[in-house]
Amino acid sequence: MEELIEKLKKEVIAQLNLEEITPEDINPDASLFGEGLGLDSIDALELIVLLEKNYGIKIEDPKDGKKIFHSIRTMAEYITEHQK
Amino acid sequence: MPQRIFVTGYGLISCIGNNIRENLSSLLQSRPGTGVPKQIETSLRDELMVGEVPKSHRELFGLAGLLPVEGYSRNSLLGIIAAQEAAACGRLDSHTGLKTGLISATTVGGMDRCELFYNDFLTNDTRNIYIDSYECADSTEKIASMLGIVDFVTTISTACSSAANALMLGARMIRSGRLDRVLAGGCESLTKFHLNGFNALKILDKAPCKPFDQHRAGINLGEGAAYLVLESEDCLLETGNSPICELAGWGNTCEAFHQTASSPDGLGAYLAMKIALEISGLASRDISYINAHGTGTDNNDLSEGKAIERLFGDRIPMVSSTKPFTGHTTSAAGAMEAIFSIFCLQYQVIWPNLNFNERIHELSFSPVEKLVTMVPVNAVMSNSFGFGGNDTSLIFKKVNANNADNADNAVNE
Amino acid sequence: MLYINGIGIISPQKTMVSREFLPEVMEYTAEYLRCIEPVYRDYIEPIQSRRMSRLIKMGIAAARMSMADAGCTMPDAIITGTGLGSVEDTEKILGEITREEKFLNPTPFIQSTYNTISSQVAIQLKCHNYNSTYVHRTFSFETGLTDAFLHMEEKPDADILAGAIDEMTMNHLVITRRIGQWKMSAVNNLKLLVEKTPGALAGEGAAFFVLGGKRNVSTYAELSDVATCINIRNSFNPEVFIHEFLSRHNLGLQDIDLLLLGINGDSDQDPVYTDFAGKFFPGKSWAWYKHLCGEYHTATGFGLYIASGILKNQVYPEILRLNKVSPAGLKNILVYNHYRNINHSFMLVRG
Repeated sequence: MEELIEKLKKEVIAQLNLEEITPEDINPDASLFGEGLGLDSIDALELIVLLEKNYGIKIEDPKDGKKIFHSIRTMAEYITEHQK
Repeated sequence: MPQRIFVTGYGLISCIGNNIRENLSSLLQSRPGTGVPKQIETSLRDELMVGEVPKSHRELFGLAGLLPVEGYSRNSLLGIIAAQEAAACGRLDSHTGLKTGLISATTVGGMDRCELFYNDFLTNDTRNIYIDSYECADSTEKIASMLGIVDFVTTISTACSSAANALMLGARMIRSGRLDRVLAGGCESLTKFHLNGFNALKILDKAPCKPFDQHRAGINLGEGAAYLVLESEDCLLETGNSPICELAGWGNTCEAFHQTASSPDGLGAYLAMKIALEISGLASRDISYINAHGTGTDNNDLSEGKAIERLFGDRIPMVSSTKPFTGHTTSAAGAMEAIFSIFCLQYQVIWPNLNFNERIHELSFSPVEKLVTMVPVNAVMSNSFGFGGNDTSLIFKKVNANNADNADNAVNE
Repeated sequence: MLYINGIGIISPQKTMVSREFLPEVMEYTAEYLRCIEPVYRDYIEPIQSRRMSRLIKMGIAAARMSMADAGCTMPDAIITGTGLGSVEDTEKILGEITREEKFLNPTPFIQSTYNTISSQVAIQLKCHNYNSTYVHRTFSFETGLTDAFLHMEEKPDADILAGAIDEMTMNHLVITRRIGQWKMSAVNNLKLLVEKTPGALAGEGAAFFVLGGKRNVSTYAELSDVATCINIRNSFNPEVFIHEFLSRHNLGLQDIDLLLLGINGDSDQDPVYTDFAGKFFPGKSWAWYKHLCGEYHTATGFGLYIASGILKNQVYPEILRLNKVSPAGLKNILVYNHYRNINHSFMLVRG
C-alpha cells in the first residue's frame, strides 16, 4: 500500500502539472480538493483518465470520483480493491 | 429611436430535417432525430446517442446543389445548405446596392476532414486541399463566395453560444448603420474531436437526453446549420420583404466562474436574459416562452433554471429545451433554436421538452411536456450558453406585438 | 473614435520587459519566430496556470499588462481575435484521437475552444461583462476592433479590452508549409527581403489593448477606424475603398504620413502591398514590421503596437523603414494588411 501511495503521488503530480509540489509535500491523508491541494472538477476528470490509463479502472459516473479521490490514500485503496 | 431589426429569411438543416419545412414538421409531430451515429466513424459508436444529419458527404453535395469536389468539409456543406435556403427566403440576391454582411459561427471548423487526414497533413501532400479547412474562416468564406456576400464577412467562436452571438453582432452592425442586412448563423459537423472531448468531460448521455429532468444524465451532441436574414427597418422599404418577426433584444455576458461549469446561481445567464429584456423594452411578463439552453447536464439545467426563477419570479413563462429533438448542435444551436423559437411566434405553438419525467427538486418549475397549440405567443426568448461562461440570450417578438398592457388586442392580430 | 490607453504585448521582440518602444531589435535565424515569454507567475497564480498551454498564458499575461498600463481594473467588454486558437492543445487531441479514441485528457479539449483566452481573462478579473471571440483568419483582430467601435457607440464611456493572439508550432508549420505559406528553411528575420523567395517567415504573438472613448494621460494614439474587405471575384476595389475610407475622416491620400505595410517577405504576396503603396502613396514613407514578429493571422496586433509606439514617441525607427522617405510629420498612420489578396484590412491610427 505504501509503495502504491508513493507511486500515486508522483503520477498525480505529473498528470495535474503540479510543478511546485514534491511528493513529500503531499500528506496521503489530506484532502486533494478544496482546502488541501486546491484541485477542482477538471482535475477530478484528469484523475479518472489516470486510473483508466495506468490501472485499467473505469469510473463511469464522475460523481463517484468525490469519494475515490478524497485523498491519495483513498485512491490507493480503491485501486487495490478494483484492480484486476 | 434606434433601428428595429427584422428577420426576413431563415434556413436550417438538422437531424430532424433538411430544410425549414421538414424541421417544422418533425417538431409538430414531436419526432426526435437522435440515434446511433451512422455517418461518422468513431469507436465510441456504441456508447453514444447523437443528432446526426442522416446524409453522407456525397449526399450533402447534392443538397447543396454542388458537384462533389475535393476541399469541402462536412461543416461547410451543412453551412452552405442552410445559408442558401435562408438567402433565398430573404431574397439576398435582390437589391445589390444594399450593404450585406455574413456573420457565421463555428466551434471546430472543418475538423471533420482534418481529423480524417491529419496524418497525411503531417507526412505527405495528398490531402493538401483540405488543409485550409482547419481554419474556422474556411466554411464562412465558402458560403460568402457562393452567395456573393462581400460587404462584411467574419466568423465568431464562443463555443456553444457562437451562433447567438453571430445574430447579436448582426443586429448591432445593422443598428449602427454599418450594414443594411446580414446573413447570420452557424454550422457544426459532428467530429471525433468534440465527441471525444465531451466524452472526456463525462457529460454525454448514452440514452436520449432529458433536459430539466431530476435524473438527467448529460448531452446528446448533434450537428447541422442554421442561418437567418436580418434587415433594418429602412432596408425593408428597399427589399419589400415582409418580416417574419423582430429581433428585439440581445444580451451577452460572461459567467467568469469556471472554464466549463456554470455557477450554481446562474449569474451569467441571469444577466444575459436581463440585458436582453432591457434592450427589447419588454417586461418579463411579456415573454411567452423560453427556448432554454437546456443541455441535459446536471450543471447547466440547474444553473439556468435558477437564473430563470430569479429573473421571472413567480411568473415563469413556458420553458422547454428542444435539444432532445436535434441533439446539442453547439455552434449552430443558437441560430437553430432561434428559428424554433420564431416558429412559436408564427404558428402559436410551444415545443415540448421531450423525455421529461420528474421536475428537478431544487427548481420550482417544470418544462412543457407536450406540444401546446393555439396559444398566444407574442415574444420568445432563446438562450445559448457556452464553455468559458459565454452566455447569450436573444428575444424575438411578433412584428406588431404590443407589450403586455395591450396583450389582449395583440392575440388575435 | 477609440483611444488606445494601454498596451500589453508579448512578441519575438523584447516588448514585454520594458515600456520603452522597441528597446532592442532581436535577430533570429529560424524557421519561425517564437515569442520571448515573461515570468508567468507575475500575472497568473501557479495553481491556475499549471494546466494552461503557452498561448493561454501569453494571452492572459498580455491582457494583464495592458490593463496595468492603462490603470484599468474592470473592462466593459473583453474581445479577442485569434486565427488559429490553441494549436498546441488541438494537436494534442488530434494526435490522441487519430491513434485511439481512448484516454483523452479533458484539459486540452477545454482549452482548444477558441474563446478560452477571453473567458480565462474574464475569470481572472471576475468580469461578467460582454465577452466575445472572432476567428476569421486575418480579420480576427480587426473584427474585434469593429466590435469595440460598436461598444463605444453604444456606451461612450466604456473601457474595452481587445486582444490579438496566435501561436505557431512545428507541426502546424510543417502542415501549412505544404500549401506555400512559409519559406522552406530557416531564414534571418532582418534579411527577409534580400532573398525574394515565395513564402513568409512565420511568427506569433499576444497583443492586448485597452481602448476607451476618452483621451487620458496614458493615451498612446487614437484608433480612428478599422475596415475589413474581402476580395471575392474582384469585389475589392482599392481605389474606391481608400478614398471612401479616408474621406470618412475628412482625410485625403496626401494626409497620410506613414503607410505601415504587412510585407512579410513572401515574393508572391508582397507585390500586392507595393502595388498599393506605389499607386496611392508614392513619395510617402513606407514602413513594415513583420520581420520583427513574423507572419500570423493576428500580426496586425503587433502592427497596431508599432503604429501606437511611433505616434506616442514621435520616433520613426530605422529598422521599420522600407523606403528612404522621411515623413514630414508623424500624425496619421495607415496600417494595411492582406492575406492571399483575399482578406484586406485597414486601420487608421492618429496621433
